[in-house]
Amino acid sequence: MELTTVWFLLIAVLWTGYFVLEGFDFGVGILLPFLGRDEAERGTLVRTIGPVWDGNEVWLLVAGGATFAAFPEWYATLFSGFYLPLFLILLALIVRGVALEYRAKSDGTRGWDRAFFWGSLGPAFLWGVAFANIVRGVPLDADHEYTGTLLDLLNPYALLGGLATLALFTLHGAVFTALKTTGELRERARTAARWTGLATLALGGAFLLITQLMTGTTATWASVAAAAAGIGGALAATLRGRDGWAFAANAAAIVAVTVTLFGGLWPDVMPALDPANSLTVHNAASTPYTLGVMTWVAVIFTPVVLAYQAWTYWVFRRRLQVTR
Amino acid sequence: MDVLDLSRWQFGITTVYHFLFVPLTIGLSVLVAGFQTAWHRTGDATYLRMTKFWGKLFLINFAMGVVTGIVQEFQFGMNWSAYSRFVGDVFGAPLAMEGLMAFFLESTFLGLWIFGWDKLPKRVHLATIWLAAIGTNLSAYFILAANSWMQHPVGYRLNPRTGRAELTDIWAVLTNVTTLAAFPHVVFGAFVTAGAFVAGVSVWQLARKREVALFRASARTALVVTLVASAGVMLSGHWQAQIMTEQQPMKMAAAEALWEDESSAGFSIFAVGDVENGRNHINIQIPYGLSLLATNTLDGKVEGINDIQARYEKTYGAGDYKPVVGLAYWSFRLMIGFGALAGLLALAGLWLTRRGRTPRGPWFHRIAVLGIGLPFLANTLGWIFTEMGRQPWTVFGIMRTAAAVSPGADVGEVAATLAGFTLVYAVLAVIEVRLLLKFIRKGPEPEDAVRRDDPALPALSY
Repeated sequence: MELTTVWFLLIAVLWTGYFVLEGFDFGVGILLPFLGRDEAERGTLVRTIGPVWDGNEVWLLVAGGATFAAFPEWYATLFSGFYLPLFLILLALIVRGVALEYRAKSDGTRGWDRAFFWGSLGPAFLWGVAFANIVRGVPLDADHEYTGTLLDLLNPYALLGGLATLALFTLHGAVFTALKTTGELRERARTAARWTGLATLALGGAFLLITQLMTGTTATWASVAAAAAGIGGALAATLRGRDGWAFAANAAAIVAVTVTLFGGLWPDVMPALDPANSLTVHNAASTPYTLGVMTWVAVIFTPVVLAYQAWTYWVFRRRLQVTR
Repeated sequence: MDVLDLSRWQFGITTVYHFLFVPLTIGLSVLVAGFQTAWHRTGDATYLRMTKFWGKLFLINFAMGVVTGIVQEFQFGMNWSAYSRFVGDVFGAPLAMEGLMAFFLESTFLGLWIFGWDKLPKRVHLATIWLAAIGTNLSAYFILAANSWMQHPVGYRLNPRTGRAELTDIWAVLTNVTTLAAFPHVVFGAFVTAGAFVAGVSVWQLARKREVALFRASARTALVVTLVASAGVMLSGHWQAQIMTEQQPMKMAAAEALWEDESSAGFSIFAVGDVENGRNHINIQIPYGLSLLATNTLDGKVEGINDIQARYEKTYGAGDYKPVVGLAYWSFRLMIGFGALAGLLALAGLWLTRRGRTPRGPWFHRIAVLGIGLPFLANTLGWIFTEMGRQPWTVFGIMRTAAAVSPGADVGEVAATLAGFTLVYAVLAVIEVRLLLKFIRKGPEPEDAVRRDDPALPALSY
């Protein structure tokens, strides 16, 4: 396999990891005001992700760093082109991270909970908008610089993509909360999972179907079907009270969605409206030497990271009780 | 102001702000790990209470470093896309390594440390804080390797076809002598920062006669750390200055307001310069000082700004190769001054608190509290010096800052994000300082509280 292919796959893996992991962090933040009726319940909800959210967010930083190293042109075009949406995502992540760390140390939690909610909802929506635009193609000039405006990014397809990821991550948060809590909180999370599950099927289904018809290949039909099956499975498992299976099924759905997006992209990394200006795995890539070095680094350290992060989830595997 | 100026302000503000938190994180992580190790070894509950008290302040600070660090990872692409395209092949590698090897380590194991008090065996729990501390220090290494490449590019070639820098030797980048000197300088600086912080807070608490045993132990430890680290900062800084003289003579000349090549050059203490005509009105010097510092000999030749300018015009073509001389001169001087003062205060503090003594009178704790600010000033001025002193280059000798900015950037958008980041950062700074003060005032938890393992409420957090 060519190294450019390896790195396309690795970056897809990093985004997948990010969406699967921080996806439920976002979902917990979005559901916080709806599921947590008093401070004790809200505190419990925050503690479900307390030990892991920061490690989850590093997946984004590594995806960014890896893109810089392996596909500098992609990194440069994407982040300079999607300037304001990225700025909003960064602000949201800043406010959200501080809220998570400071809420219980502060005298009042209300402001922090609001920050946590908006800081979760914003990126959950905007990542969908961003990826929809990447897949759809954006105006680039011959130097691969973005020539469009903010309004070009807010097209109906991209907004649908935003709603789809928003629903998907909210569902992910709901099944995660059901898995990590007990009693009333768990019941409320399961109810939320049913409703958001239906919304995800509708919004996500529409988005993936359009994506598939626009950029899909025969192979991505399989991932579209897998995504639908995952969400359906999450719903069915929730109805039967099998929280672990519901979470696993929805995680699989997120993997399938990411596979569909990246599968539709390949071999482009950022298609331009004028195909002559598109960034591909070849013209956006670093030299074979750099890719080779980074491949060794990734081959050695990715399994180590996966092992200790998995161990963290094992350590904190128990459900949390609401203590008043 | 144009896009270039606004982008530079944005990079300056976000980076200087980020680096207010980073040194304290690096230093405190190791101090807290040290306190926990002391508890582990001795079983003395005072050390456990120290671990938890300083650990809480460490976490409040750590959060700010993490969230402001996210911006750092992306703003090269946002505001400096031409730079990113030009250097990505080289510069991206240490950044990606930092994420994979350092960020994952610190964030994952810190989560385990915060929430793992009652879930992990004691020994394993101790290991988690050490792994987090190693992560923060590793992260400093990789980012300094990336920055050092901008100061002194090595291990690359310029591809004539694409006009871009390409990595040819990763080992050369990771063992760049500029990095090898910068890393101890920054890490020792971080220990001075953490030491001054712990010492200042402890002395303030001692003045209030609270928890005397605990804060005496904290203060003495921190003062030793500050003193030793100050010596490390000076030695590594000296080495750095010699490397700089050789690699970036213009930066050294600007730091000294040395206009002409000179043998037996003096070290300037105070100068009033005339930048337009390339000379000084007033210049008070320590004779031979600069030659001695820069070359280790009394009569070594140090290059001057006017001469280097002439040489660079021959090498790189017409242009102004001078950084802002006044800024370089004063930031360099004040960095050294504030850093040295922190070291001297630590020495004085150790003397004054020798053998169980605690000085009476408000001056002692007032100076100790003011002393907390010194390393922060020195760190900030140091980075302003090293980055502004490299101008007009963004990568020394191969890319100018003016060519690095995103060509498609819109003045309004950059201005808006600059205002947005600055505003949010200012608000967060107020919140952070208030939170630190709240927990400093509250003081350490009583012994039975830190010993109680309440699984529902991890002692340190949330």
